[in-house]
Amino acid sequence: MNEQQHLETLSDIKRIMERSSRFISLSGLSGVWAGLSGLAGAWIAYNWLNNYYNAWEAHGGYSDADFAGLRIKLILLAAAVVLVALAGGTYFTWRRARRNQLPIWDPTSRKVLVNIAIPLATGAFFILGLIADNQPALIAPSCLVFYGLALVNASKYTLSDIRYLGIAEIVLGILNVFFLRRGLYFWTLGFGVLHIIYGIVMWWKYERTAKAGS
Amino acid sequence: MNPIGNLNKLFDSRIRLGVMSILVVNEEVSFNDLKQMLELTDGNLASHLTTLEENGYLKVHKGFVGRKTNTTYSITKAGEKAFKSHLAALENMIRSIE
Repeated sequence: MNEQQHLETLSDIKRIMERSSRFISLSGLSGVWAGLSGLAGAWIAYNWLNNYYNAWEAHGGYSDADFAGLRIKLILLAAAVVLVALAGGTYFTWRRARRNQLPIWDPTSRKVLVNIAIPLATGAFFILGLIADNQPALIAPSCLVFYGLALVNASKYTLSDIRYLGIAEIVLGILNVFFLRRGLYFWTLGFGVLHIIYGIVMWWKYERTAKAGS
Repeated sequence: MNPIGNLNKLFDSRIRLGVMSILVVNEEVSFNDLKQMLELTDGNLASHLTTLEENGYLKVHKGFVGRKTNTTYSITKAGEKAFKSHLAALENMIRSIE
C-alpha cells in the first residue's frame, strides 16, 4: 500500500459515510421549479381575490355563494400548486440522481421523506381544522411555519443548507401572524421567492461545475 | 514507531471497511440496505458481516417484518474504536509522507 492508495481509501470512506447518511441528489432546480409554481399560483389567487372583491362591490355586499365558490377554488388551486411543484421537483432531483448514478429511492431518501412528512402532516391537519372553523387568515402563516419546521427536521438527512431555508420560512410565518391580512404576500415571498433564491444558490454551489464536467 | 502497525488487518478488505463506514454514521442498517449501498451480492456481504461480528465489531439484530426476516446491524463500542484508530493511522501515514 502506498500513500496514493491510502488517500483513495480515506476519500472512499468519506464518500460512503456521506452517501449512506444523507440524500445528496436534491437538485437546486427542484427549488426553482417549486418557486415558479408558487409564484404562478399566487398570481392566479391574487386575480381571483380581485374578481371576488369587484363582485362584492357590484352586488353591493357579501354573498354566501360567492364566498363558498372562492373558498373551494382556492383550496383546489393550492392542491394543484403542491402537485405541480412536487412533480417537477421530483423530476429534477431524479435527473440529478441519474446523472450521478445514484438511486433516488434508498434509505436516505426514505429518511428525508419521513422527516418532512411528520411536521407536514401535522400542519395539514391543523390547517384542515382552520378551514373547517373558517379562520382563513391563519392558513398562510401555518403553511409557512409547518413547512419550515419540516425542512429543518429533514436537513439532518440531506444537504444541510436546506436548514436555512427552513428557518427563513419559519421567520416569515411568525411575522405573518402579526400581519394577518397579508397572508398572500407572505405566502408568495415564502413559497415563491425564497424557493427560487435557494434553488439558484444550491445549483450554483453544487451543480454548476458538475454539469460542465458531464 | 512503525505506523503500519496501527492499521487494522481486518480493514484491509474494502468491503469490511465500507460496512464499518456506513454503520459508524447510521444507528441501525438492514442487510438489504447494506447490500444496496455497497453494491454487493448476498453471499459476499454475509461472509464479511460474519467476520466483523466474530471480532465483536458489530451487533446483529434479528427481527421480522410481517413474515419476512429482517436482519439489522449496528456498530459496537469496540467496532467504533477500532474503526476510528484505523482512520487515524491512515491519516498519520499520509501526513508523515507529506
